[in-house]
Amino acid sequence: MKSNTVILHTAALAIMPLQLMFSVFLLLRGHDEPGGGFIGGLVAASAFVLYAFAFGAEATRKLLRVHPKDLLAAGLLFGLASTIPALLSGQAMLTAHWWELPLPGDSYLKLSTVLVFDIGVYLAVLGTLMTFVIGLMEVEG
Amino acid sequence: MMLLAVLSGFMLAVAVPALYRLAGSYIGWVLALLPASLTAYFASLIPAIRGGEKLLLETPWMPGLGITLDFMVDGLSLVFALLISGIGAFILIYAGSYLKGHKDLARFYVIMLAFMASMLGLVLSDNLITFFVFWELTSITSYMLIGFNHEDTEARKFALQGLFVTAGGGLVLMAGLILLIFITGDSSFSGLLASELSIHEHPYYTAAAVCILIGAFTKSAQAPFHFWLPNAMAAPTPVSAYLHSATMVKAGVYLLARLNPSMDGDMLWSGSLLVFGAVTMLTGAYLAYSSTGIKKVLAYSTVMALGTLTMLVGVGTELAITAFICFLVAHSLYKGALFMLAGALDHETGTKDITRMGGLRHSMPKTAVITGLTALSLAGLPPLFGFVAKELLLESLLHAPIWQTGLLVAAVLSAMLVVAVAGLVFIKPFFGPVVKTPKLPHEAPFAMLIGPGVLTMLALIFGFMPSLPANLVLDAAISAVSGYPVETALALWHGINLPLMLSGLSLLAGSFLVAAWHRLQPTLYAMNTAASRFGPEAGYFRFMEGISQVAGWQTRILQNGVLGTYLLVLVLVTFSLTGFTLLTRHGLQLDFDFSDSFFYEWGIALLIVAATVFACVTRSRLGSVASLGVLGFGVALTFIHFSAPDLGITQLLVETLTVILLVLVLFRLPPFAKLSSSWERYRDLSVAVFAGVVMTLIILAVLDIQYFDSISSYYVENSYGLAFGKNIVNVILVDFRQLDTLGEIFVLGLAAIGVYSMIKLRAEDQYKP
Repeated sequence: MKSNTVILHTAALAIMPLQLMFSVFLLLRGHDEPGGGFIGGLVAASAFVLYAFAFGAEATRKLLRVHPKDLLAAGLLFGLASTIPALLSGQAMLTAHWWELPLPGDSYLKLSTVLVFDIGVYLAVLGTLMTFVIGLMEVEG
Repeated sequence: MMLLAVLSGFMLAVAVPALYRLAGSYIGWVLALLPASLTAYFASLIPAIRGGEKLLLETPWMPGLGITLDFMVDGLSLVFALLISGIGAFILIYAGSYLKGHKDLARFYVIMLAFMASMLGLVLSDNLITFFVFWELTSITSYMLIGFNHEDTEARKFALQGLFVTAGGGLVLMAGLILLIFITGDSSFSGLLASELSIHEHPYYTAAAVCILIGAFTKSAQAPFHFWLPNAMAAPTPVSAYLHSATMVKAGVYLLARLNPSMDGDMLWSGSLLVFGAVTMLTGAYLAYSSTGIKKVLAYSTVMALGTLTMLVGVGTELAITAFICFLVAHSLYKGALFMLAGALDHETGTKDITRMGGLRHSMPKTAVITGLTALSLAGLPPLFGFVAKELLLESLLHAPIWQTGLLVAAVLSAMLVVAVAGLVFIKPFFGPVVKTPKLPHEAPFAMLIGPGVLTMLALIFGFMPSLPANLVLDAAISAVSGYPVETALALWHGINLPLMLSGLSLLAGSFLVAAWHRLQPTLYAMNTAASRFGPEAGYFRFMEGISQVAGWQTRILQNGVLGTYLLVLVLVTFSLTGFTLLTRHGLQLDFDFSDSFFYEWGIALLIVAATVFACVTRSRLGSVASLGVLGFGVALTFIHFSAPDLGITQLLVETLTVILLVLVLFRLPPFAKLSSSWERYRDLSVAVFAGVVMTLIILAVLDIQYFDSISSYYVENSYGLAFGKNIVNVILVDFRQLDTLGEIFVLGLAAIGVYSMIKLRAEDQYKP
């Protein structure tokens, strides 16, 4: 399944990077403003779905570089990894840990296990949806 | 130290494959070092418990559930531990030679060590739940041992049979143990034994006792569950030798003896033990006499021994407990030795059938001598320890509190048959004319004879000096089973008394039975074949068949592969149950209040309803998908209107992607067609309406009742303070309720794998030629 319209091709090429950037933006700001890993993952997935509709499943696979299943697995790994710092410091599992890195200027970077976990959710959602979509698109006949 | 002693078997099991590469054919000797040193360790504990004391070693495991890795060492558990590790060492050496060059030898040792460790854990556990865990571990590991030759259908079938019987009994036992914990309020054996509480009057007592008896009887192969044990002979001989002598089947007897001080004095308990024990004893002895395969003969004689042990616990007098412990030790020594010798015969001659062996004393002289001595112990003849045990058995039955005559007759009958069995096991293979065997017989290797040799030596020493083991551990074990300190004076020679005369009688009759065996055998065989159609084993197979028939029937009804049926059943069950609960617990309350609604809210509601109706009535698939999308967007609008932007965005994205996914699927479907009758459609409509109405009522009820204070205020107050986030929805997802989310993304993963495999591995592909 692959579309041949010039409009869709052009639009997809223009919109998709924006969608992806927006998905990362949603992921990162999620803790304080509407957004987060789940929504970000959905937006990213819709970006790739748009690309897949325009250029086909094969091209999307190439663009993703890794198999969608592996994205899902990476997401689950991130999710699990976020539980480790608490275990190492002897606290109850899933206790959040925060680190603040000073940046040049007056700002600083907030890093946390919560963010790692959110990235895991993002990847898991993206991986699951891409597994569905690419799988369904590649079914023969 | 104790923890290490129990768990070391599991640890070594992990290292076996690597060790096997290093040690090669000496692997048996190397691995035997562990049980040998464990034997030494357990022996070093003897002084501490000699006076009937208990050693308690506590390790917390799951303190929240009252489950501990506590170990209790008293006489009883120490006798078992010594037998398990001592005989285990010889078995490991023996197996290295018996299974030499077997491609799965490493796997064999892995399971064998795990089994040994489970068995040690079982007899040393103080906590009832831990005990049960080890109990089940022995069932599982013995399943793998019996089915070791997994390419053989018979081995697999009988391994499964053993597992079903013992693990099925295990489940019943678990219920019994939990009831026992309820009764006493203590989950440890030591607490149970120390408690003054009389448990017989408790309302749960009967149920608990029956459950525990069933568990112990299945494990210890008491009639009518005895059939799995001879079938377990499908295992390689070292396994049979180990399972029969010191382990597995003795676990049930161990449990009976362990609980005896608490349960004793109750007719239900003692009576069942006496009846089942005596019946098992006779059945086992008879079946042993009428079998021809040497392993079957020995297996049935184990059934006999287990029956005897159970019966002795049931008698419960001090003398009976003494006989119990002595018989237990004697049986472990001779049965372990005999099985290893039978394996040697099988290994060297290539047959298991004793009618096809003869005159082997010339080619296998050492095997013949050891077998002869051990058979004496089996037959209960002096000067071996088996004689001491049998005299005690008869003596204690003479003084049994109830049913002396019946028990005594049963015991003498089975003693006769066992004498005959011992004679057959020794005379048939080694004497008479030389019979041509499938393999040219020659003497068994040293590694296969050391075990039987040492065990027979022990039986001989214990026979001459029964006070030696008695002073060391047996007295302590007897005290542990009796529940009060006991000192025994065991002797080989008691003078001429009634038990001795009964022994003489059984010896005489037994010799006659040996002589008559050839003439009786065909008749007995025909009788057993005829009877087996009604035996418990036939019952087992009929039961298993019944299970698969019921499974097939309910699968045809409930799992018929039609998606519509699944949905119908799911929706009906869910909403009937919730609807019923709602009506009975809450009642109907229908007060609608539309006074504060705005016109655009009505607009959204109207949009949603219109989209729903259209989705139901349209004939175009694409149309219904699109209208479902509209419906979703309507819901998203509602979320946004009530200021839940996160939910709104999510809903919007999910709806979009759902429509895309549905379109991808629709693309593959055949054209729209009407397949259902109008009756079916009206049925579906009414179910759907019913579900919708119940759901609406539930939502109204939820708005109406508030059982608990809302938790939202907590989230609102602490979101920034505790979790440093201003977006409460996100903070809940990734911090407050992170565990839920973690679970959800794993569910997501499972769903993806499910869809992926459905797409990639479609059923029709597998049937393609």
